Amino acid sequence: MSANILTVDDSASIRLTTKVTLTNAGYSVTEAVNGAEGLIAAKGSSFDLIVTDLNMPVMDGLTMIEELRKLPAQAGVPIIFLTTESDADLKARAKAAGATGWLTKPFDPENLVKIVKKVLGR
Amino acid sequence: MSTLDPVAVFRTEAAECLEAIETGLLDLTHQLDNRDLVDAVFRGLHTLKGSGAMFGFEALAAFTHHCETAFDRVRKGEVAATSELVAAVLAAQDHMRALVDQPDADHGDTGHKLLAQLQAAVGAKAAAPATVAAPVREASTKKTRNSWRIRFSLPANSMANGTNPLGLLDELRDLGECTVRADTSAIPPLDGLTPTELYISWDVTLMSEQDRSAIDDVFIFVLDDMELSVEEIDGTVAATAAPAETMPVPAAAASAPPPPVPAAAVPEFRPVEAVPVKREAPAASQAKAAENVRVPAERLDELMDRVGELVIAQSRLSQLASASTDIALRSVSEEIERLSGELRDTMMVLRMVPVATLFSRFRRLVHDLARETGKVIELVTEGESTEVDKTVIERLADPLVHLVRNSIDHGLEVPADRLAAGKAKAGTVTLSARQAGGEVIISIKDDGRGINRERVRAKAESSGLIHPGQPLSDPELLQLIFAPGFSTAAAITNLSGRGVGMDVVKKTVEELRGAIDIVSVPGQGSEVSLRIPLTLAIIDGLLVRVGTGRYVIPLSAVEECLELSLEEDLRSRGRSFISLRDSLVPFLRLRDLFRTGTKPDVHQKVVVISTGTERVGLVVDQIIGDHQTVIKSMSKLHNDVATFSGATILGDGSVALILDVGHLVAAGQQQEAQLRVAG
Repeated sequence: MSANILTVDDSASIRLTTKVTLTNAGYSVTEAVNGAEGLIAAKGSSFDLIVTDLNMPVMDGLTMIEELRKLPAQAGVPIIFLTTESDADLKARAKAAGATGWLTKPFDPENLVKIVKKVLGR
Repeated sequence: MSTLDPVAVFRTEAAECLEAIETGLLDLTHQLDNRDLVDAVFRGLHTLKGSGAMFGFEALAAFTHHCETAFDRVRKGEVAATSELVAAVLAAQDHMRALVDQPDADHGDTGHKLLAQLQAAVGAKAAAPATVAAPVREASTKKTRNSWRIRFSLPANSMANGTNPLGLLDELRDLGECTVRADTSAIPPLDGLTPTELYISWDVTLMSEQDRSAIDDVFIFVLDDMELSVEEIDGTVAATAAPAETMPVPAAAASAPPPPVPAAAVPEFRPVEAVPVKREAPAASQAKAAENVRVPAERLDELMDRVGELVIAQSRLSQLASASTDIALRSVSEEIERLSGELRDTMMVLRMVPVATLFSRFRRLVHDLARETGKVIELVTEGESTEVDKTVIERLADPLVHLVRNSIDHGLEVPADRLAAGKAKAGTVTLSARQAGGEVIISIKDDGRGINRERVRAKAESSGLIHPGQPLSDPELLQLIFAPGFSTAAAITNLSGRGVGMDVVKKTVEELRGAIDIVSVPGQGSEVSLRIPLTLAIIDGLLVRVGTGRYVIPLSAVEECLELSLEEDLRSRGRSFISLRDSLVPFLRLRDLFRTGTKPDVHQKVVVISTGTERVGLVVDQIIGDHQTVIKSMSKLHNDVATFSGATILGDGSVALILDVGHLVAAGQQQEAQLRVAG
């Protein structure tokens, strides 16, 4: 049941943790370092799930979600939004932009897998 | 699977982040209204806080939170970026660096002072405590079986946003027995139907031991917009949420910020120049950043593959050219030989990283272990700039952790014992790396009690590894600790017995074509040395011929080559031993092993190979010579063939298999043991 997951984060350590966690859970992971790269990656291949950070250079997560949702091919692809505790109102904005779910940073790897499973419908 | 340590990655990243913040802040002092710079600094602070909290740097995350909040307000236009704010954050930034370097030291006072300065700069009254902990869900202990009737309908566009109603239903089914009924009455006639929209609502009866919050959990991501009613079946309405409010209300402080305070009103105004910040640093670091390019490892692997193919093609060309009389062709061939050789050498260097990346993670480990064991430990690292192939470093991480744990757990004594033995109270663990020829030697040394030979022997005898009283040399005795399942720990402590044993360490090292040596002096400590080849991609090999096939023996394992004289060949028939300077060395006839049909050469050769202490001779038909080998891994189908560790392509385009020395030596030893038993 290996799903392809795109993770978008400008922090290498968070990307690494996400990647290690998700690959250990049996998923294959593609990484992008900002929204713009994430968008290009998403256009270039089909992902079953996208996990994205908010604050990133070049293009932030919110804009990326908005842009993704404009693409017909990306309809229905779940997007998990990583937020920090201070981003409560952003959570609502991300939802409006088309995010499927969210995860509060700092996140517990187990929790990430749980949410990924939930969103992917295992 | 990469075993790169996220904490080490975080430290590197934090250093880069801090440099970016510093550069941004310094630029900002000249252009206070530059939004891009404000954003850049905010992002840096934000990343630092987020990652810091993830990797256990709580103090850093909490402290950075305040600076981030301040910059967030600048970003939102609530306060102006002032030179004193920039100054305060610049000073704070040095503090963050200290928090990254020494997360456990007490920085309280400095932190408070800096925060007061920061608060003064943004005109806030007091710092709100940073909450970086993840919200904790209350656990329910209720175990009664409830019946629920759940009715829900999702917003029409929810599927486009990636919500899968079937997934939600599956989750409900996980909670207990479900009866699901879909309400399709809202589906419009075909001409009015939008295929991407959702018109179905559901009515679910659930029998579950879970409580209400488990049901809410299922809908957590959609709770805000959906209609959901959950009733207990016995008639009491448990709750009706339509739509529910689960989003935390933004903190009052954020929604009602105090008005920006003009710079003049701040009493602790300090001119920017007075802030002790290294002005030269950002320029230097910028230059450094431009000199380094980050390349994903797989691209390097691809490049390595190409270079490997080039080397192979080049050796074919050389072979053709040497057979040709065309002077021009031969000179071009020589030129290409030189270039491809240089390219190969450059390529090797690209994959090298300093062992510092490997060693740095041990500070934390040693610190934690010291606390766990109550021992006083000093960690010394040497030769951190020694470079090793990146993949080698990654694979060595776990074995090294095990060895360091061993040194601390089994080797070092508690302070009282050390003092009683006339040693310093603090035990020293030394991690060192140095290059020796084509190998890197990584050693873990401690000044503890050393390996207890009696205990090793007793353990080996009790577990049947050796006969009681069997004479063993000291190195042989020490080698016993690499036997699978061997542990000298009297009791399995928290530190040892984690599933990684010395046998796994040895196996990992041998997979890297390395070797492991132990020196231990009772009462003075132990040293474990790992000898690891510099790179895994290209080896120097000895090309030999057996029958019509050609094989490569890794040169580092070759001890010597001898002639197997006819009489010795006949004499040794059935015994498979040759005498080599008064010692008997078992040998394997590769012709037999590979079932070669052709007649043996008259002058067969013996290549003596070794893995540290064990030696085995390999009988081959002909030794062709030295060959630089680009290693190609074998297909999945052939992975189980233990005799070979890989393949390479020769100059004429044919394939030669690379012999797995460790396996052959083990096979030789086994053969020797069988012959001994047979008498």
